[in-house]
Amino acid sequence: MAETFAKACARGGLHVFANIEYHSNIKGEHSYYRVRASERDVQSHVDWIDVLIALDKETLFGDVHKEYPTHNGHRNEVSPGGAIIYDGALKLKPEDIGRPDVNLYPVPYMDVLVGALKETGHDKELSKYQVMANTVAFGASIALIDYSFEQIAEAVKEGFTGRKAALGELNVKAARHGYDYMRNTYHDSFPYKLHRIPSKEKRMVIRGVQAVGIAKFKAGCAFQTYYPITPATDESEYLENHQKDYNIVVVQTEDEISAVLMATGAAHAGVRAATSTSGPGFSLMAEGLGWAGHTEAPGPVIILYQRAGPSTGLPTRTEQGDLQFALHAGHGEFPRMAVAPGDVSECFHDTFDAFNYAERFQMPAIVLIDKFLASSYRTVPILDSRDLKIDRGQILSESDLAGKPMYKRYEFTPLGISPRTVPGTKGGIFHTTGDEHDELGHITENSEIRIKMMQKRMRKLQLANEAIPDSKKVGFFGPEKADVAMVGWGSTKGAIIDGMQDLEGDGIRCNFLQIRYMSPFPTELVTKHLSNAKRKVLIENNYSGQLGGLIREHTGIAMDYKVLKYNGRPFSQNEVYEGVKEAIKNGVKEVVMAHA
Amino acid sequence: MLELKDFRTKVHNDWCPGCGDFGILNAVQMALFELKLEPHQVAIFSGIGCSGKTSHFVSTYGFHTLHGRVLPIATGARLANNALTVVAVGGDGDGYGIGAGHFVHTGRRNLDFTYVVYNNGVYGLTKGQASPTLPKGLKTKSMPDAAIVEGINPLATAISAGYTFVARSYALDVRNLKETLKAAILHKGSALVDVLQTCPTYNDINTKEWYSGTDLPTKAPRLYKLEDTGYDGVVKDPTDANEINQKKGQAITRSFEWGDKIPIGLFYRIEQPTFEDMIANRMPAYKEVPLVKQDIFQRDVTPLFESLA
Repeated sequence: MAETFAKACARGGLHVFANIEYHSNIKGEHSYYRVRASERDVQSHVDWIDVLIALDKETLFGDVHKEYPTHNGHRNEVSPGGAIIYDGALKLKPEDIGRPDVNLYPVPYMDVLVGALKETGHDKELSKYQVMANTVAFGASIALIDYSFEQIAEAVKEGFTGRKAALGELNVKAARHGYDYMRNTYHDSFPYKLHRIPSKEKRMVIRGVQAVGIAKFKAGCAFQTYYPITPATDESEYLENHQKDYNIVVVQTEDEISAVLMATGAAHAGVRAATSTSGPGFSLMAEGLGWAGHTEAPGPVIILYQRAGPSTGLPTRTEQGDLQFALHAGHGEFPRMAVAPGDVSECFHDTFDAFNYAERFQMPAIVLIDKFLASSYRTVPILDSRDLKIDRGQILSESDLAGKPMYKRYEFTPLGISPRTVPGTKGGIFHTTGDEHDELGHITENSEIRIKMMQKRMRKLQLANEAIPDSKKVGFFGPEKADVAMVGWGSTKGAIIDGMQDLEGDGIRCNFLQIRYMSPFPTELVTKHLSNAKRKVLIENNYSGQLGGLIREHTGIAMDYKVLKYNGRPFSQNEVYEGVKEAIKNGVKEVVMAHA
Repeated sequence: MLELKDFRTKVHNDWCPGCGDFGILNAVQMALFELKLEPHQVAIFSGIGCSGKTSHFVSTYGFHTLHGRVLPIATGARLANNALTVVAVGGDGDGYGIGAGHFVHTGRRNLDFTYVVYNNGVYGLTKGQASPTLPKGLKTKSMPDAAIVEGINPLATAISAGYTFVARSYALDVRNLKETLKAAILHKGSALVDVLQTCPTYNDINTKEWYSGTDLPTKAPRLYKLEDTGYDGVVKDPTDANEINQKKGQAITRSFEWGDKIPIGLFYRIEQPTFEDMIANRMPAYKEVPLVKQDIFQRDVTPLFESLA
């Protein structure tokens, strides 16, 4: 329903941000979407709720039957003057809910649903359709905020295509009954309204996993491997759903060791290859990553969807805990690219670029995303992909090689990159090995060659650094001179940008440095932005402030304050505001945020 | 005109004198030559260990990979370019120990490739520890004590896993090995050739003399050829579940024969759709053109974006 609502809002000229929280189980413990709709662009959530749609009792009161409840009930998060829609069958008294300052709207979901089913002659099959009580509640909420029912009905129908089309009609009917019930019972009692506004811009509602998947198609990725893991698998399934349209082979492997190496084998064989995983899987990939880096494989592209670790950690929750690991996974020293997009558009562009860079510089490329960015919906204008160019780097064909002396796969060249061949090419035979090797790719323990090969491999990072445009290495927002410089990376971008306005509202002049490329690290740009910054506040969704360490390693610049969060939940807009304020007003060096 | 020497490199070979690996290397080169394959149409993938160096000695595309990981890398390359002839090689520790998971799952897929395992019962390169195939109770000369776990049966494991061509040969019978390899390479599907290989330095039990039976009262060779006994491991009707079960059963039974009499030859074979065939069923373009040759420059993703609007 959240996606449907988001789509309907986007078509009504509104902006939407929606994020999901769920448990690691099958039967479905308390899951919820937080949907924020606004007339201006929003890219984060807030910690209060204006309209709470409680589908069950637990939504109101929490899972208090547990020794350690996951949450204490969303009724406490509703803003004064807000609304709670809940099931009338629960027979709750207002004092049970304990919020005299909010408007209560009990709706007998099942009774209303039966009414809808009667109209279509399906009322004998209530058990089959009872899940549509959710749709009734949804329809009721639309009436409450006075949004266009037609817009909603259209979006609901689109969710059911083909054989399920009839179900779409039925859901519209259920939503309508919920809508009418609310209208007729409570009239126009709620002051918060959501109305369409005219907009010429065509917007889509897109999640990180979709942006990455579409980027892979556009980049010419022809081979994807994966082992099932939350929250990465959604992307592989998206690719598999479109495999015929884009000629991509998707292989479910026996483990992540196989996943990374199968993709590396495919990359060496000349196709653009990728794999997607999360922390536990990436841990298994460490050795393979080293082989890819050492053999100068033109890939793979590895999408690392971080979740809260270590070990199994909080498998369905978010964290930015794998930055340093991504940069150091694997023994020994070898080059890798690592980029951390901060929003869905950057997910698309950074993934696309990763394929180009992996092939041009012949190294694995890691795209660091997290559960929050992967699964949150956001409205953005339709991305323009027409001008994106695929650059496969230097590949020698049979005619390039004809009449030439013996081809050397690891030739020392003035430019620092050894042109590659694709297996199957006549005259292009090469050998490769994870042992140290000579220009022909044969094992050597020669001291001079070792030094030259190490330098050749590691210097490719400098070449990459020269090739990546500054505008993609970092993002910089706000005035050049400010009282507070916020520094972050990845999925906190939205909350930080939205939170800046709150800080400005309090007269705190601030800017924000978003670091996107982690390897090669944009040392010069970061130094430029931070060397004269007054108060530097690091904001990270982890325990140790990993980016802060990285910045210090490369620039010698230390952060003044840290605002951290490591309870497995993402930063909200108001948390950025509260955290930064706590740091700079009260001089707290390390602020830990804890909103669930 | 190709010659056998076109399959050899000039790379210095550092295997021990008398190593069974030489026989396997020669047989691989001869098999490729006799099948009239061009070196550039072939890719050899090797694991880690003495056997791992094989890829450097054959002048085809050569990938010396990681310990236990030869199969995923070979699989990726083969799927990327199904016009390549893919041969993977490795030791018994590499394939049946650290790489056991990949060994099983690669067989399940029935990828069209050949896997040659140099099976000598020891980890040679690390100086003679027990490998997964060393039978329980045996103690080779550098082991402090005898093995206290059962050895794995690679042939029975392969048949259970789904390999569609399962054979055993002997490193010092190059002629038999070469013919077995040729049949394995021609086979459409996953082929396992387990090669009994002598390690003159660390395995002082399963020696050339031992395989020759010089210690037996009869002095008769331990190795005998399945085909000489009228054994037929080929499934004639791949749709006949009874025949498949019967052929698998007899192959597995025969694979446990060990001691004074050890069979070599083709244990089991069946024609079944390969992994590549199954992919082509899902994605018709794959049947016509290898992935590596497909056009990736003209992809339009606007419809995907539009579908989200």
